[in-house]
Amino acid sequence: MSNNLEIDGINDHTFSVVVDNESGVLHRVVGLFSGRGYNIDSLTVSEIDRDEGYSKITIVTSGTAPVIAQIRAQLERLVPVRKVSDLTRDGRSVQRELALIKVQGTGEKRIAAMELADKLNAQVVDSTAESFVFEIVGSSDTLDRFIDEVKQLGLVDVSRTGIVAIARGAEGM
Amino acid sequence: MVGNRLTGGEIILRALGDQDVDVLFGYPGGVTLPLYDKIFQQNKIRHILVGHEQGGVHAAEGYARSTGKTGVVLATSGPGATNTVTGLVDAMMDSIPLVCITGQVVSSLIGNDAFQEADTTGITRAATKHNYLVRSTDDLARIIHEAFYVAKNGRPGPVLIDIPKDVILDTGEYVVPEDVSPRNYKPKTEGDEDKIKEAVDLLAVARKPIIYVGGGVINSGPEASKLVEKLVDLTGYPCTTTLMALGALPASHPNFLGMPGMHGTYEANMVMHECDVMLNIGARFDDRVTGKVDGFSPQSKKIHIDIDPSSINKNVFVDIGIIGDAQGIVKKLIEGWSEKDIEKSSDLKPWWNKIKAWREINCLSYKQGDQVIKPQYALERLREIVNGDDVYVTTDVGQHQMWAAQFLHFEEPNRWMTSGGLGTMGYGVPAAMGVQVAHPNSKVICVTSEGSLMMNIQEMATISKYNLPVKIFNLNNKVLGMIRQWQELFHGNNESECDLSSGVDFIALAKAFGFKAIDIVDPAEVDSGISQMLEIEGPVFLNIAVDRNENVFPMIPAGAAHNEIVLGPNQSIQNVGAENNVMA
Ligand SMILES: Cc1ncc(C[n+]2csc(CCOP(=O)(O)OP(=O)(O)O)c2C)c(N)n1
Ligand SMILES: [Mg+2]
Repeated sequence: MSNNLEIDGINDHTFSVVVDNESGVLHRVVGLFSGRGYNIDSLTVSEIDRDEGYSKITIVTSGTAPVIAQIRAQLERLVPVRKVSDLTRDGRSVQRELALIKVQGTGEKRIAAMELADKLNAQVVDSTAESFVFEIVGSSDTLDRFIDEVKQLGLVDVSRTGIVAIARGAEGM
Repeated sequence: MVGNRLTGGEIILRALGDQDVDVLFGYPGGVTLPLYDKIFQQNKIRHILVGHEQGGVHAAEGYARSTGKTGVVLATSGPGATNTVTGLVDAMMDSIPLVCITGQVVSSLIGNDAFQEADTTGITRAATKHNYLVRSTDDLARIIHEAFYVAKNGRPGPVLIDIPKDVILDTGEYVVPEDVSPRNYKPKTEGDEDKIKEAVDLLAVARKPIIYVGGGVINSGPEASKLVEKLVDLTGYPCTTTLMALGALPASHPNFLGMPGMHGTYEANMVMHECDVMLNIGARFDDRVTGKVDGFSPQSKKIHIDIDPSSINKNVFVDIGIIGDAQGIVKKLIEGWSEKDIEKSSDLKPWWNKIKAWREINCLSYKQGDQVIKPQYALERLREIVNGDDVYVTTDVGQHQMWAAQFLHFEEPNRWMTSGGLGTMGYGVPAAMGVQVAHPNSKVICVTSEGSLMMNIQEMATISKYNLPVKIFNLNNKVLGMIRQWQELFHGNNESECDLSSGVDFIALAKAFGFKAIDIVDPAEVDSGISQMLEIEGPVFLNIAVDRNENVFPMIPAGAAHNEIVLGPNQSIQNVGAENNVMA
């Protein structure tokens, strides 16, 4: 058997990590990634249950299969980590991201931006005579596409949440 | 006591008492004064006033490693806390259970760059297995009990508790350990039955097996070492123990091959290279053991037992990974093997014949002339003279450490304390102090050299203050020997910044610290010097002038494979450039 661990290609993986809601826990998770040289492509965190005191962190990372296995094992070693699930490995999942996108412009550009928003299901959440803020929810690809296209139409600012994900089907984490 | 509530300081001491702590290695400061006031008013827990907080942590490590208990350190905020960091990382790397309590500035000042404030939990997050900042005195008892649980369970490690001064002064509820259930941290200890069966099947068909034992066996407790010995007896397989595991199998056992790795024996490394089945029990395929991973044990099927799931397939791919505590798993391996009624001795003959030939190379040989003392000789004489005694050995880091690992023999676990993973110069003296505190009537010997010695020399004062009969065995080569060796072998013999010959008068210094000091330079004096060191009561410093130019062999250059081992000065190191070599 080869000892070489870099045996297959690099793939994206989405981890859902349930953690105790205590100070420093995000630092612990992020520090683990930076300290061991793993990538973070996206990271979101929010409290899920105040009474039970836990939060969920969704991390999109990438690596070869052995690196992904290491990441999981390393996450599971952290004392405040309750559960780790590799949504990419363990089955199909729904992944969503939200972006707020500010576009400035008048006349034809403004109309074109509205049409594009309609096409991609983006909502207007703020508007002035020469600007819109759109809200768009979807896969990261959809968000990328929208942002790419409004670049010519007066894009001035973007805020994205990063990916949140959940497994498909009836089972909870 | 205020009502039925206790002050934070009282809670800390009561919790430590309930955790069976009998000694603290500490150093006071402004924010821990209220705790020290409580320490003053009791005599259940002994406090050792160390010379430096780093020394305190290494002392607690020595205490922990020699007893199997959790070591406890107490430091103040700011500089006290930052001084513990090297020790904490050392304990982290070698999986040593510690609880380190640090004081913090009062809660209302946190974040204000207050006097002696440091973000201790931030700084030590990567230096500890876990850490806590206590926000309320009511949380204190629970956190302390949980910290002891976390330090000891799963893969052991250091846990730090940062306690603001107001939390020490306020009152809160005390809870007993039995009422604290550590929330989610429940490491898996029982190995998977199916995997254990598979492992037995694989072991049973081996023709060229090796049992490779690591520090996890020591951490699993003395019973685990006994079971490893039983497994070795039962199977008749050869066994190698890592730097961390010396003593897990008695060195006198006929199947013991010595230590593997960079300065391991020829036979251990050749067996690791050529084996067909490797059973790793509680070792972590450290790069100092594997050498070049691509060339590591290329033909073997590998079984890896480890309590830390992240150790499996981290450095080396294995065929069977078994997660859990070594003791229980080895017991099951023994049961599985016994049920199968396997008789291996004839199958193993060719393998043992090969091993015999490798052993006959006599890779640890050296020549002692009548002029200069060889460090190997001094250690060999020490081994013979203390043979059979109740001895604990600590070391510092460098050539002397490797020679001590090669030449001193350990018949039991927990007798050998060395900084393996971090390679911390300055470990040896304070660690010996901690061992001696735990074992007041045993002989505790610190094998060191003058470079490392200087890094925590202040603890010599602590040793004599408490009249701890520690023996310091200083292999004085007047050089950072391991640095000089690498410069000789890999950097064209350019001795850059390693010379210590202008030197310190260590005899005078040892005396100033209150040690009895003995100086020897002649090979003929070695035996009498050692005997004197052992006979004199109280702390003794034995300074042994040794050959400055001696190198540690065998050596697998970093980045080379096991079969590229270099046996001695006459065999040149080829194929490996300096850029591949990462220094200790
Ligand atoms: C704190 C620390 N600094 C630097 C090193 C790098 N280092 C490894 S061995 C060594 C030389 C040790 O010299 P000495 O203690 O005299 O031991 P010798 O090799 O001479 O036996 C050095 C500097 C280290 N391991 N630890
Ligand atoms: Mg030296």
